[in-house]
Amino acid sequence: MREELLAIVERNSRIDLKELAVILGVEEIDVVNELAALEAEGIICGYHTMIDWEKTSIEKVSALIEVRVTPQRGQGFDNIAERIYKYPEVTSVYLISGGYDLLVTLEGKSLKEISGFVSDKLSTLDSVLSTATHFILKKYKDHGTILAKQYEDTREKVTP
Amino acid sequence: MKKMLSDSIVALKPSGIRKFFDIVSEMEDAVSLGVGEPDFDTPWHIRDEGIYSLEKGRTFYTSNAGLIELRDEICRYLKRKHGVTYDSKSEVLITVGGSEAIDIGLRAVINPGDEVLIPQPSFVSYEPCAIMAGGVPVIIELKEEDEFRLTAQELEAAITDRTKVLVLPFPNNPTGAIMERKDLEAIAEVIRKHDILVMSDEIYGELTYKDKHVSIVEMEGMRERTILINGFSKAYAMTGWRLGYVCGPKEIIAQMTKIHQFAIMCAPTTSQYAAVEALKNGDDDVREMCTAYNQRRRYLMNAFREMKLECFEPFGAFYVFPCIKEFGMTSEEFANRFLEEEKVAVVPGTAFGDCGEGYLRISYAYSLDNLKLAIGKLAHFVEKLRAEKR
Repeated sequence: MREELLAIVERNSRIDLKELAVILGVEEIDVVNELAALEAEGIICGYHTMIDWEKTSIEKVSALIEVRVTPQRGQGFDNIAERIYKYPEVTSVYLISGGYDLLVTLEGKSLKEISGFVSDKLSTLDSVLSTATHFILKKYKDHGTILAKQYEDTREKVTP
Repeated sequence: MKKMLSDSIVALKPSGIRKFFDIVSEMEDAVSLGVGEPDFDTPWHIRDEGIYSLEKGRTFYTSNAGLIELRDEICRYLKRKHGVTYDSKSEVLITVGGSEAIDIGLRAVINPGDEVLIPQPSFVSYEPCAIMAGGVPVIIELKEEDEFRLTAQELEAAITDRTKVLVLPFPNNPTGAIMERKDLEAIAEVIRKHDILVMSDEIYGELTYKDKHVSIVEMEGMRERTILINGFSKAYAMTGWRLGYVCGPKEIIAQMTKIHQFAIMCAPTTSQYAAVEALKNGDDDVREMCTAYNQRRRYLMNAFREMKLECFEPFGAFYVFPCIKEFGMTSEEFANRFLEEEKVAVVPGTAFGDCGEGYLRISYAYSLDNLKLAIGKLAHFVEKLRAEKR
């Protein structure tokens, strides 16, 4: 049940518990217990909402920043990653294989705010060797959800 | 012109689905539970392969029997799924959907007057195809108390000296019934005893919710007397690609290939390339879709329990077949009123044979949100009908 449960709540965390039990073919109490266990084990780390900010009047700018760093003895990349992810405007930090080391995603109110963060805070960190900032112009798909289009059922209404 | 049309074709009963389709399509805002095809798009990697084949200019006929790569993949698939070996060169034919295979399979084996056993309720094509092939359809009426499975007794009782072939339509459209190993073993024994053929339509074989689907060809002595039909429409959500296949003894496949070669030439080339990709890399997609269908199936069964609507639990395809006999009206009356009063389309059970009377086919090839909306309306309608009776 665990894998199927996770797959469902990953897409829709607001699903009614009773309905969840029905579609999984188990008792509601089992779903409640399993969710509690998954939370306690840190497997479910949070329940978020996907928002298409583009459709609001609120200005937001997001960027991807490639960061090359010098790893520290005994710490690898963990220390520097922590120094970066503690900034609240940083939405994610990944250690990446290939041409650079950390991929940092950032959300700010304006271009200026993001460039300020990069030049004042990120680049000035001792172990940061270089950064490359990419601003996101449009989100087509995010977290498995297509933002650009609405699903439309184009099938014939009755077929054998 | 004195006489324009063929008497035997004019005499064919038009599909009961068609009639209902005309009514539904008049209604702009109807919610439908009447669809016999997946709601998923064909997985992108499969579509992409079709597009790629067009870009590369693979726009010619394939051989009559179909791309050998595809036939090889089909043989690997059947070996993997059922442990049965077919020779890709002589025992596999790629068809335009499972539908073509039903038609030419019957035409290849029927002599005038041969009887074709057709369990019903079942897909709308078997009976007319049997008639067009010059055969005599003999209907076996399946019963809800047997969970709409075919029993050995029913089969035995329907067999005569003229019986040529049994159509075995499981997992079943419209009932969602399946045949498990023990059921098939009993059937196979009767088949062997009377030395008749089987046409096993396993188009919904990937969509079962109990154990893995078992094929009749896995039973002893059945491979050499079975025309095994399958295809890509349901498992890989590829209905519009029109691609199916048929496997069987080489003598039968050779005759079917002859009809196919004159009537069709070959199945669509683009679809064949896409299907190779489906068989090679599509297992995860099938599993995911199957999981989603199963969740919806459980949702519907629970909803029926809550509204106290009788329905046996189906374990295959993507249909449920609830019983509406308590309301004292025919399936068609129920479906028409439901459409008129609640604007929801379901298919009357009678579209799949007379013995579908008293039942409805409800498809769950719809998103849960869509199902919730429609089932809410069904609950409302059922309450209304019960109040009327009181």
